[in-house]
Amino acid sequence: LRKNVEDFTGPRERSDLGFVTFDITADILNGKNGLRTIFDWNVKQLFLYLSAEYSTKNNALNQVVLWDKIMLRGDNPRLFLKDMKSKYFFFDDGNGLKGNRNVTLTLSWNVVPNAGILPLVTGSGHVSVPFPDTYETTKSY
Amino acid sequence: LYYQVLNFAMIVSSALMIWKGLIVVTGSESPIVVVLSGSMEPAFHRGDLLFLTNFHDDPIRAGEIIVFKVEGRDIPIVHRVIKIHEKENGNIKFLTKGDNNEVDDRGLYKEGQNWLEKKDVVGRARGFLPYVGMVTIIMNDYPKFKYALLAVMGAYVLLKRES
Repeated sequence: LRKNVEDFTGPRERSDLGFVTFDITADILNGKNGLRTIFDWNVKQLFLYLSAEYSTKNNALNQVVLWDKIMLRGDNPRLFLKDMKSKYFFFDDGNGLKGNRNVTLTLSWNVVPNAGILPLVTGSGHVSVPFPDTYETTKSY
Repeated sequence: LYYQVLNFAMIVSSALMIWKGLIVVTGSESPIVVVLSGSMEPAFHRGDLLFLTNFHDDPIRAGEIIVFKVEGRDIPIVHRVIKIHEKENGNIKFLTKGDNNEVDDRGLYKEGQNWLEKKDVVGRARGFLPYVGMVTIIMNDYPKFKYALLAVMGAYVLLKRES
């Protein structure tokens, strides 16, 4: 599970807005059985999401979902995406993104069974995205 | 007849005890809810049943499916948490969105309300059963069906002992 990212930030009157582009290479496997696929008899679909987690002066913990995807039973459990833009606006609650070196992106997924328990699994592997100290003023997004 | 009435009362009070027990054990005021809309498709459809827990120490994290109520409204909404901002003292505010919706839930919140708080949460979805909740929806949409069902159940209990 690997990701590469680049980023810029844009200013808003009150809160920082971050822009992130990323690649995702992943194999979703059922951890217990090594190579066996996660889509067993009781899995209807997977809800995958890429979330950014970081701390700021304002808030001890922030988590923002940047991108999500629904993977239905029968889809290939391997992801090979390049140059994806975040689906949702990455607003901070305040100005905590500027100069923040410790923003971690992780891929997780919700296993939706045909019936039964709904577990949330976090993928192994994550990437740190350092945000620059200055704002970008060009609106190239 | 006295025996039948007692029997019926026993059944009703056992059901009530089990329900109240569930409320205590899960920590949620409504541990079992029926999905009312298609905003979480294709994961959940109208009529599916969800089992919730609401433990005070369970942190709310992005990606979790929660059931919440907007202040002043009685309808529980089942959506996913997409943003959280938590302070050191545990105060948390978060944003939700239905998987099948284009936009987040800010339009559903109260006027001027931009975030949800722990107090708005009814519970966290831990498990689910498809279709089973349809009965509740039918009973709501067609009250005559509900009365008919109650009448049949009552008649069954009373007539059971005749033989």
